[in-house]
Amino acid sequence: MKLLRELLFPLIAVVAAFIVGGILILIIGDNPLEAYRLLFGSAFSWPVGIGYTLFYATPLIFTGLAVLVAFRCGLLNIGAEGQLYIAAFATAWVGITFANLSPWLLIPMCFMAAVVGGGVWGAIPGILKARFGSHEVINTIMLNFLAVALLSYFTQYHYKAPGDPIMQTVPIGPGAHVARLGKFIPGLPQFIPLNLAFVLALICCALVYVFLWRTKWGYELRATGTNPSAAEYGGISVRKQIVIAMTISGALAGMVGINEVLGYRYRYYDGFSDNYGFTGIAVALLGRNHPVGVIISALLFAVLQRGGIPVDAFTQHVTKDIVQVLQGTIILFVAAEAFFRGPFAKWGLLRRSKV
Amino acid sequence: MAEIFTIALIWSTIRLSTPLILAALGGLFSERSGVINIALEGMMLAGAFTAAAVTYAAGNPNGGLPLSMTGAAPFIGLAAGMAAGALIAAIHALACIRYKADQVVTGTAINILMLGLPAFLSGAFFLSSGSTPQIPRGQLIPRLPMIIAFALVPITWYVLYKTPFGLRLRSVGENPEAADAAGVPVARMRYAGVLLSGVLAGIGGAYLSIGQSSLFTRNMTSGRGFIALAALIFGKWRPFQTLLACLLFGFTEAISIQMQGVVKLPSGEDIPVQFIQMVPYVLTIIVLAGFIGSSRPPQALGIPYQKER
Repeated sequence: MKLLRELLFPLIAVVAAFIVGGILILIIGDNPLEAYRLLFGSAFSWPVGIGYTLFYATPLIFTGLAVLVAFRCGLLNIGAEGQLYIAAFATAWVGITFANLSPWLLIPMCFMAAVVGGGVWGAIPGILKARFGSHEVINTIMLNFLAVALLSYFTQYHYKAPGDPIMQTVPIGPGAHVARLGKFIPGLPQFIPLNLAFVLALICCALVYVFLWRTKWGYELRATGTNPSAAEYGGISVRKQIVIAMTISGALAGMVGINEVLGYRYRYYDGFSDNYGFTGIAVALLGRNHPVGVIISALLFAVLQRGGIPVDAFTQHVTKDIVQVLQGTIILFVAAEAFFRGPFAKWGLLRRSKV
Repeated sequence: MAEIFTIALIWSTIRLSTPLILAALGGLFSERSGVINIALEGMMLAGAFTAAAVTYAAGNPNGGLPLSMTGAAPFIGLAAGMAAGALIAAIHALACIRYKADQVVTGTAINILMLGLPAFLSGAFFLSSGSTPQIPRGQLIPRLPMIIAFALVPITWYVLYKTPFGLRLRSVGENPEAADAAGVPVARMRYAGVLLSGVLAGIGGAYLSIGQSSLFTRNMTSGRGFIALAALIFGKWRPFQTLLACLLFGFTEAISIQMQGVVKLPSGEDIPVQFIQMVPYVLTIIVLAGFIGSSRPPQALGIPYQKER
């Protein structure tokens, strides 16, 4: 029953968002059912559809987990975008600088770079909050822009191949490439960039679950999120928890860099993120801030992202912008869940909650 | 070095500060009433798109206003931009005040939504890849929003500190329980604050599309809503300080445009514009950490108000 209720509101939010999107599509004179068929139709074909959907889901699982960990500590990390950029650049930097090392050394180094890069960029707002009490939301927004400007500088002035018109670094060494899953799965062509980072994402889900719900540290982190003053009273240092949570959160977001740089483009590409950090907020919220929920909602958003392309191409007026419209609307409905609680209570389906 | 500090630079600072001032003052009304507004960016985009689309439609010789009245097109556009900003603000207000949604999450949702919606509508109505058609030069209003922006600073100050409305607005942002006990309608004041922020951010957005340029393009605010938010914090949630912060941030933008290709490092290279772009962000982080005086947000900022039953 509890599980059912956990599933109910996210489901209603998604359906409601699709109704709103459908009305918009009707207004501009297209057929919503046709648009939605295109949106979902291409995502489940084997191997190309599924391969790409899982590839798109990978960064969203990471950022969803990042937002989740911070959220469980009572923090809102809207800086995943900046953290994953810093991490991606850090991992590319290692892959470029130590290009000739053996993969046995280089891959772990690149992984470390991503985790540390993201972790450091996440720790900054954590420390600022713990030390000065400044709000993490504002600081993460500022750090997002700071990261983008900083990396655009490094790319343009120091790591771009001379004469390259594209804002991207030189390629990383082949020893830093992470294998694509096509190598292991028969029938999955290797041009699909789905790579081992997807497996890493699933492992991270399990690890986050174990950490948060099966260890003392996770308990302390969650206790801080539920009731900071009680946690402090119980001997937990809230300030320390804030820094820990933001560091882990940043490190998780940073692993997007592994997927993007080591598994897909093999270089740092300026502005590569398709709002992964912000979509991560949607993923975590819709997934009820639970690792399993994060996987499910990451898949949903990946399907949308993938489906935007055929919608753009094969409908008369609908562009792929519908995906962002749906995303935004879903978050709105999830956030304003009380909107649905009223009518449901009225119909006797749910008892009205006390708060 | 001297040749870049010209009248042109001052003028360009004023022009680039205008949208920031409008959005930041909007944010001020909302945040002073206790509602976090990180959706300024989305509200600006709503204003920018609607103003451009309506101005174009109204000024279009086939099917727009009667020919003698096409001069009124940008004013109708501006009004529509304000209304669009208010509409988006109404969604934010409803979610945050009535349904007690998380204000930051709602703001983020609106920003994502407005990244898509204007481009979606442009694509459908104008068969473009997310921008509106060009508006003729004669139907642009490059001055009016600027005048509004600068005039609004003392007006905001007056309203905030010298009128009962301002006192009530500030009181619900600082201590809603006490305000409620004194008979101030907390929810209504907050609705007013958020809606005003939408109207002002809408003008700011309209200025971008029908003032500074002549069409709406995808994501044309490019983070100005967030810079405005930064200016608001840097200005410690006070009108005149916020104006100064906006001018400073507008100046950094102006100088980074002016310096390109003019000022060189001793090594003969261009000064990277990225470093100048970073100034507002770094300053905001520093001021928020309390290194340059303390920047204290309204006490009840971000906390939904629940009436005691």
